[in-house]
Amino acid sequence: MTLTNKPLTKNIEAGRAAFNFAQYQAAGGYQSVAKALTYKPRDLMKLVQDSGLGGRGGAGFNTGLKWSFIPEPDGGPRYLVVNADEMEPGTFKDRLLMENDPHLLIEGMITAAIALQATMSYIFLRGEYKEAEKALLKAIKEAYEAGMLGHNIQGSSYSLDMALHTSAGRYICGEETALINALEGKRANPRFKPPFPQVSGLWGRPTLVNNVETICNIPGIVANGVDWFKGLGINGQFGTRISGVSGRVKNPGCWEMPVGTTFRTLFEDYAGGMQDGYQMKAFLPGGGSTDFLLPEHLDLPMIPGDVQKAGSRLGTSLIMVLDDKTCPVGCVHNLIKFFAHESCGWCTPCRDGLPWAEHMLLKLEKGEGSLQDIEILKEACGYMAPGNTFCALAPGAAEPLQSGLKYFMDEFVEHVNHGCKYHKH
Amino acid sequence: MSNLIASTAPKARQLTPEEIHDIEHEKTHYPYAQAVGLEALKIVQKYQGWVSDESLLAVADYLKLPPDELEGVATFFNMIFRRPVGKNVILLCDSVACWMLGCDSLKSHISSKLGIDYGQTTADNQFTLIPVPCLGDCDKAPTMMVGDVTYRNLTPAKIDTILAECKARG
Repeated sequence: MTLTNKPLTKNIEAGRAAFNFAQYQAAGGYQSVAKALTYKPRDLMKLVQDSGLGGRGGAGFNTGLKWSFIPEPDGGPRYLVVNADEMEPGTFKDRLLMENDPHLLIEGMITAAIALQATMSYIFLRGEYKEAEKALLKAIKEAYEAGMLGHNIQGSSYSLDMALHTSAGRYICGEETALINALEGKRANPRFKPPFPQVSGLWGRPTLVNNVETICNIPGIVANGVDWFKGLGINGQFGTRISGVSGRVKNPGCWEMPVGTTFRTLFEDYAGGMQDGYQMKAFLPGGGSTDFLLPEHLDLPMIPGDVQKAGSRLGTSLIMVLDDKTCPVGCVHNLIKFFAHESCGWCTPCRDGLPWAEHMLLKLEKGEGSLQDIEILKEACGYMAPGNTFCALAPGAAEPLQSGLKYFMDEFVEHVNHGCKYHKH
Repeated sequence: MSNLIASTAPKARQLTPEEIHDIEHEKTHYPYAQAVGLEALKIVQKYQGWVSDESLLAVADYLKLPPDELEGVATFFNMIFRRPVGKNVILLCDSVACWMLGCDSLKSHISSKLGIDYGQTTADNQFTLIPVPCLGDCDKAPTMMVGDVTYRNLTPAKIDTILAECKARG
């Protein structure tokens, strides 16, 4: 039997309802759970570490290594939390996975929980994802009924419960310590690190927070092995990931592809290039909190290190294309408005800096700005740089602003002198 | 003076059996009652349409939480309504992918059709219009939600149909 080369989306078919438990199992699902139960937990963590799987939420840290920081069990509660609070502008991959193959996520969670010896698992879902909520609740219920969750899973000595938490819309909940506060029923302000959640997370207990797509990789790795997983990547990379394109392209969407695929393949072969009459001016490589890249960067492989060398971040690897008929100043204004709205208000550069930046960008967009505003915007990027704020929200917000100023300075200046020349949206 | 404050200050109302049932179900998932705070507010909102002072105090009483802390949670999250809203809450995505594909002109279209700006409710109490951050449907931009339903690849004509359907449902 040939093993799949699309482990994340093999069960997803447009127009067909998501597999129920029996269909999912018949398609080869839940094999990783039985296999994981035969492993020593630390060996399972090592297996995932050796696969080279990096977090798919945007940071890209080695998943098995992140797991390995959890202390040995002490008899008390331990938590696995899946971050399904997908709110990064331009990101729509976790929605696809949860709505169309919820059992893949649940299988991944059970297998991860076995490795971590977690006693309880939560899915932290953004409140607006109503279709995903329905699909997950049904799948969790089916998994309980099949003895895949609950007491003594599959006749083993291991027990695990799972619950779905639906949030109520705040981008900051994607930050793992803010997410933990939200799950405890508090305002979702981030926490100081260290201690890291692996040591002291939910209710002060060992906790692992992983992204949906990260966890969806676990069943394949455990069931099919590290060599299989490594063979899925190209350009020296391992595994597959979901990348996508939005903006004025012919065929916007997201697709599973080998890690290491170039932006050009994604943009031209999958998304079909620009719509007629439009040209690519720039693109955000992985969400609203990443620096702009230019068409000359399209041949880069989607590898975190390569993208970093080009001055940006791979982030979620869903690219947003800025076309030549859309105002770059307006685009940056829209992004900063989002971040200003979503700041949790905890620290000054973010709480006060972002609304001021938004105000100045709006002035520029209306043709009421000054050259001094541009200088202040540059300065604000420095105040919001990593190390000057409590969490990564403001540094993320500064990325499209600083790169927008870098690549489109002439257009910013033109806004001061002549106002916005683009069509009004 | 203190009597005056005491006589007008909102008081906790009685939670309904349905609300209590749903809150109790959520409580089974967590070791501490505080964790249910947001879910309980969402439950109240599901039945009442919004979270009044009387509802907030009732949830705080029921979960034995300080009302001010619960208020801090209620006002933190975008989707908890602390003011009355219309029967249909329109959440129009105004983030970058939808903006590039013209959500501002859709907003103008809705505003002129219904006579309301962001944060306002129509006189007949049918619609409230609110902007929402990126709905995670960027390949099908522009998008919006009405109630629990997401609508994609919007055009002014499509919006007219959706609003008419909502109004017919009442």
